[in-house]
Amino acid sequence: MNRILPVLTVVVALIVLWYLGAVAMNAQWTRDQAARAGQELSFTGIVADTLSQDRPKLPAPHQVAAELWQTTVQKSITSKRSLVYHGWVTLSATLLGFAIGTGAGILLAVGIVHNRAMDMSVMPWAIASQTIPILAIAPMIIVVLNSIGIQGVLPKAIISAYLSFFPVVVGMVKGLRSPDAMQLDLLKTYGASGGETFRKLRLPSSMPYLFTSLKVGIAASLVGAIVGELPTGAVRGLGARLLSGSYYGQTVQIWAALIAAAALAAALVGVVGLIQRATLKRMGMER
Amino acid sequence: MNLVIGALVFWGAAWWVNLRIANGRGRDTRAARLAVPVLFGLTLLVLWEGLVRGLNVPGVILPPPSAIATRFAASLPILWVDFVQTFVKGALSGYVIGCGAAVATAIIIDRSPFLQRGLLPVGNFIAALPVIGIAPILVMWFGFDWQSKAAVVVVMVFFPMLVNTVQGLAASTAMQRDLMQTYSANYWQTLLKLRLPAAMPFVFNGLKISTTLALIGAIVAEFFGSPIKGMGFRISTEVGRLSLDMVWAEIAVAALAGSAFYGLVAAIEKGVTFWHPSQRG
Repeated sequence: MNRILPVLTVVVALIVLWYLGAVAMNAQWTRDQAARAGQELSFTGIVADTLSQDRPKLPAPHQVAAELWQTTVQKSITSKRSLVYHGWVTLSATLLGFAIGTGAGILLAVGIVHNRAMDMSVMPWAIASQTIPILAIAPMIIVVLNSIGIQGVLPKAIISAYLSFFPVVVGMVKGLRSPDAMQLDLLKTYGASGGETFRKLRLPSSMPYLFTSLKVGIAASLVGAIVGELPTGAVRGLGARLLSGSYYGQTVQIWAALIAAAALAAALVGVVGLIQRATLKRMGMER
Repeated sequence: MNLVIGALVFWGAAWWVNLRIANGRGRDTRAARLAVPVLFGLTLLVLWEGLVRGLNVPGVILPPPSAIATRFAASLPILWVDFVQTFVKGALSGYVIGCGAAVATAIIIDRSPFLQRGLLPVGNFIAALPVIGIAPILVMWFGFDWQSKAAVVVVMVFFPMLVNTVQGLAASTAMQRDLMQTYSANYWQTLLKLRLPAAMPFVFNGLKISTTLALIGAIVAEFFGSPIKGMGFRISTEVGRLSLDMVWAEIAVAALAGSAFYGLVAAIEKGVTFWHPSQRG
């Protein structure tokens, strides 16, 4: 209980700030319109107008909520204007890419832990690659794959996979190395083979590390899928909604897409967190 | 065909050398730790060059490294202009403003446990969101030039930095704070002489995460509109003209700038937090 009240206070304060910002940023347009029409506006008139413009600089929260309601609940899911449809396009690319990236990352991590040459040659590059803006190559991947005839979900998934790949490698290597010498010695006295050591000690003890990087990875995957939708020229997906909104000055649409993307990210990270809790609980590793 | 075979032979030879070094006697020396990854990187470049040239892969799909290097050398002035526009004006100014504001905010909310309990979960939540999506809005507000890119960077680095700094300010132990109390140190003295220094490992963790975020923010924000210079602008337009060697040159600049920026912050960290166990080695 003593966490809910402060969080609520902050959220309410943010919404109040948002309303104040909406009034302040949209007032100029309202005054210009009134001056052109030769009208005098009262203070309440300005406030009422700033919160209900068609293309405000900063739409008020209730306008965004109304747009969200219209484009999710009131549109059929197959409609091109439905956010559920666009969200699904982005989500499918995210999940496919996340699966590819995580699978490849875990495989590489296993290789790195068991092969010293691989460790010494690949690991520094895997760490260094986290300091470079990988996202910059997204447009190129999309366009190049498009030119050799690969379209649709796969190019975006590749970008997502690429972004979630390195956090998983780094976290998984750390996790597979986390059993200490004492535990490894114990398995040696049991006469365990390399495979058994891996299955019964290394893999289970890597789980907390794996889930931590999965959370980072799935958030990165979503960003990758959204950015991957930009260079194709605003066809489908949440990224396309952002771009077409910015082309046509539809600020309400941009904010609705943004909130949808945020909700999607929160849901994805939340699901990974739930799986983490359930898994670690069954393994008796809950903290 | 010879090129392909040559590249594969080089791969095999480099692999053998790396195996020898990694399992040999001098494997824990500094030279070995440097030589193995460098050789691996070199192998990748040779394979890339050999396969692309040998199999006649068209330049619009994947240009060979030599072509990229030639292009890089030939268009240094353009690359420099883009670098200044995106990195120095956009990313760096946003980075300084965002990190500075986050540290200041952390110090302010540190005095109120209520605000801390409220802001930390919200900050953690926002730090996990695809903040980059706010780029089109900020481009609309602040115009096409570097100011909007700096604004995107500010928003992107603010929350990771805030969360880390707040954690850092809580890092000093009760014993240490008691000691400051017995010295009758006031709030500001405790802050400056104990808690801020103790927070530095956390602050630098946030600063290091933010270096990558800053560059990503500045580049991606340019996809939503920019003047006719900048790394993100160049990447998106040259991709459209299918001159991929220029795109790769631009990516090379981004990679170099990103790792140099990270390396610089890491070096400063080494100097500032010399007392921390992770730095004493």
